[in-house]
Amino acid sequence: MSPHPPSLLLTLRVNGLDVEVAAPPHYSLLEVLRYKLHLTGSKQGCDKGDCGACTVQLDGQPVLSCITLAAQAQGREVLTVEGLAGREAHPLQDAMDRFDAAQCGFCTPGILMSAEHLLRTAGREVTHAEAAHAIAGNLCRCTGYTKILDAIVDASTKTGGGR
Amino acid sequence: MSAPKKDHVGGWHKKLGAMDRMRGLAKYTDDLELPGMLHAKIVRSPHAHARIVSIDASEALALDGVAAVITGRDMPIPYGIIPWTQDENALALDKVLYVGDGVAAVAAIDEDTANEAVRRVKVEYEVLPAIFDPEEALRSDVKINPYSRKGNLTKEVELEFGDVDGALAGSALVIEGEYFFEGTTHAAIEPHCALAKVDPDGLVTVWSATQVPHYLHRELARVLELPARRIRVIQPPLGGAFGGKSEPFDLEFCVAKLAMITNRPVKLLYTREEVFYSHRGRHPMRMRYRTGFDADGRITAVESQTTLDGGAYSSFGLVTTYYSGQLLTAPYGFGTYRFHSRRAYTNKPACGPKRGHGSVQPRFAMEIQLDKAAEALGVDPIELRRRNAIAADDLTINELRIGSTGFLACLDAVERASGWKERRGQLPYGRGLGVAGSTYISGTNYPIYPNEMPQSAVQVTLDRSGRARIFSGASDIGQGSDTMVAVIVGEELGLPLEDVRVLSADTDLCPVDLGAYSSRITLMVGNACLNAAQELRRKVQGSVAKRWGVEKSRVVLADRQAIDREDPSRAVPITQAIEWAESEHGLLAAAGSYNTPKDRHGSYRGGTIGASPAYSMTAHLAEVEVDDETGEVRVIAIWCAHDCGRAISRGLVEGQIEGSTYMGAAEAVLEVHAVDPAHGGVHAGPSLLDYRLPTALDTPAIHALIVEAPDAQGPYGAKEAGEGPLHSSIPAIANAIYDAVGVRLDELPFTPERVLAALEEKRKRERQSPREKLPLVAQAAEAEE
Ligand code: FES
Ligand code: FES
Repeated sequence: MSPHPPSLLLTLRVNGLDVEVAAPPHYSLLEVLRYKLHLTGSKQGCDKGDCGACTVQLDGQPVLSCITLAAQAQGREVLTVEGLAGREAHPLQDAMDRFDAAQCGFCTPGILMSAEHLLRTAGREVTHAEAAHAIAGNLCRCTGYTKILDAIVDASTKTGGGR
Repeated sequence: MSAPKKDHVGGWHKKLGAMDRMRGLAKYTDDLELPGMLHAKIVRSPHAHARIVSIDASEALALDGVAAVITGRDMPIPYGIIPWTQDENALALDKVLYVGDGVAAVAAIDEDTANEAVRRVKVEYEVLPAIFDPEEALRSDVKINPYSRKGNLTKEVELEFGDVDGALAGSALVIEGEYFFEGTTHAAIEPHCALAKVDPDGLVTVWSATQVPHYLHRELARVLELPARRIRVIQPPLGGAFGGKSEPFDLEFCVAKLAMITNRPVKLLYTREEVFYSHRGRHPMRMRYRTGFDADGRITAVESQTTLDGGAYSSFGLVTTYYSGQLLTAPYGFGTYRFHSRRAYTNKPACGPKRGHGSVQPRFAMEIQLDKAAEALGVDPIELRRRNAIAADDLTINELRIGSTGFLACLDAVERASGWKERRGQLPYGRGLGVAGSTYISGTNYPIYPNEMPQSAVQVTLDRSGRARIFSGASDIGQGSDTMVAVIVGEELGLPLEDVRVLSADTDLCPVDLGAYSSRITLMVGNACLNAAQELRRKVQGSVAKRWGVEKSRVVLADRQAIDREDPSRAVPITQAIEWAESEHGLLAAAGSYNTPKDRHGSYRGGTIGASPAYSMTAHLAEVEVDDETGEVRVIAIWCAHDCGRAISRGLVEGQIEGSTYMGAAEAVLEVHAVDPAHGGVHAGPSLLDYRLPTALDTPAIHALIVEAPDAQGPYGAKEAGEGPLHSSIPAIANAIYDAVGVRLDELPFTPERVLAALEEKRKRERQSPREKLPLVAQAAEAEE
């Protein structure tokens, strides 16, 4: 059996730009982002849906891109960590920076994508408990989550939840 | 007039490069891609112990897109992080020693093709008996590691200080206990990854997610049979390590060799499963302790017997075996001390150093022993620890020279912050508080390979644009060592962090540093950096003083300016000051290096191991809730006070305290790294789901309390903060569980099964003999009669 079945041609909107990309049909969204579009901000920690490092948003919902087929993103809107900041850092990035909430930073892109969804949908200041629920699918091995949760709560006071 | 404000050392700093990481711009090893790059995969053994009869790679090589297949024969020179125990090969030569041992490696045009090629490599094995129990291994004639010189004994240490038996015999109270620490692993979220390329002129460059670029450099040269000058190791931003990336791994040798053979760049990323099998995590230890106390609760004697389950290779095991005894002798003074530790080979993933190398397990045992003694003596557990605390500049029983100690302040801090005095004994059944203390080294006085050269070195340059550059060998593994050196240079030269550039961990461009292990970087690299920065500062001060016609000591560098201390209205921008200095001296460059004191260690064989320039001190206080129906232990809060000497950067120190405390709590209640003997030694759960890491919902509230007892050996008095604050997290939880429901858990982790079994056992005991509910002190008194 050849490891190379014919590729699919996919059209996605990634971080606000339309892209067309050819990829093998078994490719995950994470593989397409990292290997085809060179958006390496989304990380691979396990490749089986356990760690959350690969979290991106699909039509505004956080998903684990390592267990999402790229084909499922066909015609849909993908937001990755690279698309989070505008000219200025996103308030979450700014807060994480001020709180020293990223140690190695490997979990951070995924956490940002989960937390952004929380802040946007809450539309108000969030509690530590809400923040902990929102990132419960994102493992961090460095921080004990303390400063991450502080940063998310702090950012929510700045955004009123939305962007 | 007070001196101009300097806000660097002791302040709160944003971490260097953090925003890059948060924007997804930082390039970790797996984010690197080179033109024409091949992907490599490793063929791994399905057997825990087997002889390799033959390897047939012809079908793999016949596959389109496969560029090369290598086996152990391509790199037959053994290596090992400790020069005296080089007992591994990049790929197995004749035997595989555990499930997951590397047998062959393939390089192909993409990952899918490489995986298919792995399936097509035919390996014929003759299965050999496998041993999973260290005691059995020590008795067995089956020799596991072919390089072993003493059967399955990889290291044995027996040291005695004073007349232990006499002291035990004369003790008012002797507590005996047997403890078991099941293994745990690092589980950094970034899997190991390496990439190699060969330049046309023959330079082999290896990018690797390693925390020891220098040791990797040395071992690559050895195994690839190349002069070190033809190899360059670069450590890209690292996604966590915790000791799990502190020695060479098969993938680094394989990518380098495959790149040399194929003349194309080659990358290899471990799967998560491979990370678990590669392990090098905390050793399972079975520990028997006897601790003697006088009537006032002073420790008269400590005696321990420890068996370490080492797995298939030595790794750092020689050091681990020493550390299992040597690092226990503070923060409490011992009247006498004897330990006997033996490390065995078994057919399992090799154990190595994990955060708190070698000393987390004995600390667990010791602190529970103390808790049992406090109860038996009717003394408050914090008070018992105070009574035994060593003083600053004490020499421990095993001749470690303790410099500063803030241990008493740590105890005070957790006692106050947790409300211990008011709340202890007042909590309802099921809730409890527990305390524990510990100490850790700030680097080791003796390097892994004996030499007189500096252990750390940096070069700092300053140029007329007002910018400082630091070339540092140190590995920033997320702990923030790049920020630490920048803070020091900024402090000395009056520059904000944004004007300081750090280039680190590139063996071609940076001076040698031994690596990010044994909590050595702040003290050693910090001192090296401080020396260099001060030399530059003096040059700039001198040139400015000359222009102004004043004493050098009047010139202060702060806030991007040179300021006259006695007439602050006189100031020039730092760029002007640098221009004057550069005109006078030429390029403003300084090299700083640090070597450890060599007169601070025990005067006996082995007395150098455990000797450190300075020791951090820690106290933990945990609050738990135990559900006696489900057996579930919920850790509600942990207060950790840590004496880091001086917090160079507060946010980073707090982050280390929080991360360490979290990791200890995780080991206490959730984590088990083990293989399954019933299924041939496969890993019991090699995934981030089965190996249970706490999520944000499982992690207790962690209160980091910084205590500062500056040490004369540290830069600005600083000691370590990265590993010490893990140790006592675990026994504090164990002691809190006892306070909550009255059961001692002497085996880790504290799973619901173990808690329920202990509760059942307790009920049975109470039913049979209510008399045993007497306080332990009465039992102890009876036992003496
Ligand atoms: S990489 Fe997707 S969940 Fe771990
Ligand atoms: S910061 Fe390292 S894993 Fe979260």
